[in-house]
Amino acid sequence: MLRYVARRLVYAVVTLWFIATLTFVLMHLVPGDPFSSEKLTPQIHQLMLKKYHMDRPLWQQYLTYLGNLARGDLGYSMRQMNRTVADMIREGFPVSAHLGLQALALGLVAGLTLGIVAALHHNGWPDYVAVFLALVFISVPNFVVGSVAQYVFGVRLGWLPVARWESPIHTILPTLTLAVSLLAGQTRLMRTSVLEVLGQDYIRTAHAKGLAPGEVLWRHTLRNAILPIVTVMGPLTAGIVTGTFVVETMFGIPGLGKYYVQSVYNRDYPLIMGTTVFYSVLLVGLNLLVDLAYTLVDPRIRLGKAAD
Amino acid sequence: MAARLSPTPPDAVPAELFRPASQVHERAEAITRPPVGRWADAWGRFRQNRMAVAGLVVLLVVGFMAVAGPHMTPYDYRQTSLLDTDLPPSAEHWFGTDELGRDIFTRLWYGARISLLIGILAASIDLVIGVAWGGIAGYFGGVVDDVMMRIVDVLYGIPYLLIVILLVVVVGPGLWSIVIAMGSVGWVGMARLVRGQVLQIKEQEYVLAARALGVPPLKIVWRHVIPNTLGVILVNVTLTVPGAIFGEAFLSFIGLGVQDPLASLGSMIYSSYQVLRVYPHELFFPSAVLSLILLGFNFLGDGLRDALDPRERR
Repeated sequence: MLRYVARRLVYAVVTLWFIATLTFVLMHLVPGDPFSSEKLTPQIHQLMLKKYHMDRPLWQQYLTYLGNLARGDLGYSMRQMNRTVADMIREGFPVSAHLGLQALALGLVAGLTLGIVAALHHNGWPDYVAVFLALVFISVPNFVVGSVAQYVFGVRLGWLPVARWESPIHTILPTLTLAVSLLAGQTRLMRTSVLEVLGQDYIRTAHAKGLAPGEVLWRHTLRNAILPIVTVMGPLTAGIVTGTFVVETMFGIPGLGKYYVQSVYNRDYPLIMGTTVFYSVLLVGLNLLVDLAYTLVDPRIRLGKAAD
Repeated sequence: MAARLSPTPPDAVPAELFRPASQVHERAEAITRPPVGRWADAWGRFRQNRMAVAGLVVLLVVGFMAVAGPHMTPYDYRQTSLLDTDLPPSAEHWFGTDELGRDIFTRLWYGARISLLIGILAASIDLVIGVAWGGIAGYFGGVVDDVMMRIVDVLYGIPYLLIVILLVVVVGPGLWSIVIAMGSVGWVGMARLVRGQVLQIKEQEYVLAARALGVPPLKIVWRHVIPNTLGVILVNVTLTVPGAIFGEAFLSFIGLGVQDPLASLGSMIYSSYQVLRVYPHELFFPSAVLSLILLGFNFLGDGLRDALDPRERR
């Protein structure tokens, strides 16, 4: 087990290094630099580049960045003076994570319930309703959901605030907007998974030996059906807690999502690198956690062996 | 009991009572239903899936309107009229006009055409690269597989958006740059899927037989492996198209979509979102059509998945 974790950690570092390198190359392929959109005289432009050591050859900049990254230093934003990338992440991430986890919890609970109910009534009306709802929720883009929600509940009915991030009430609309597509995805996944398990012989055996239906559901069906959900939790969580640009923009939420778009727009190199690396670390870390969680959910899985 | 079990003397049963029993067994092996090919079988099950058929119908209608719709009005999608800005729906302008006085009905279907085009083109790129990549990685395995899939992992690890935005910024916003940007990263999912399928299929006996007969590897992949993954691929394509359309709409939302005066559903939604409080109908029509297209593809893909899944066969 320990050897497995150690090896995975080595892999993770290599993967992160690849991602950082590729992002570094990609962003320098984009024409322009962080200061080219400002109206600067050539001399000042040169001085700005010099100040951020961007007059040096690219490979030097790359090595410097990697060195700083290894020490956990993400550097300063080039467009927002005197702000470190780490600070920006420290401010934005809790907001995005708050919103994301709230939506994730709602989507997960509602989606799993709906998926289980649908599977238990396979081809009955609850199944059709759930499948239909899931497809509709998957198909309607989040900015449509968001704008309809803002218009109906915010503008027309005036029940909830349209935007801003101030009190728990302000979190309701964005949470719902985000949760809708999560719910749909979880419903589909859980329904398929439960149906698959219900067709297994051990379920018939469990019924045949006289276990109560609730017991069969909890001990035999759900424990096995939850595995695919655990698998997708890694990337799903990483994606949602790092913020969603559209929802955060629409609802005026000071989260992390906007930096992923803004930084590329502004060629804010340290911010591009910082947000990407941050996301990748979360993704890789959560995937590792998920793999470890497998062993808890399913004792049949032994990680050391699976990896060989 | 003992008396009953004792064998009856042979002469107790007259010979004419004996009947040959073999025919019954032969008939059990007979094919009672007309033979049905794989695709005919799938079509039969597809037709019974009402949601999938509804999805197909919706797509056909939207597709027809995307072709014919812009020609149903006397207006051009670019034609502005500063006297007729932000009009509500009326007899002259069925869906009203936008902030530059352009007819929304005309622009809507023109935009649907662009959105569908982007979706289909991006999905085609996904299909070609993804199938080739996944097919080769899965079939050859070993070092080839390792290297190819690590590349996929790295691409997968970088936020999808970052690459797309970077590419669009490099090439400059526009129809083709969007298609290229989305196609160049979207194939990753397809490659993983195809690889997984190929890993299963290449262990089958018929592949072994083909190899034993000396069929060259690439021909085995093309003739034996790919056709057997076709169902999964087809389903994935129908689910990729809405993804790409959604992606374009998102790019429009951050200002990197198709540029005015060209319309796409995403760019129409974005520009009307600015005036949502005042002219909600301008947001309603493009949102509804976009949602209908995505619904159509998702319903279709779902139905196809069920129809092509051999486990669902009854």
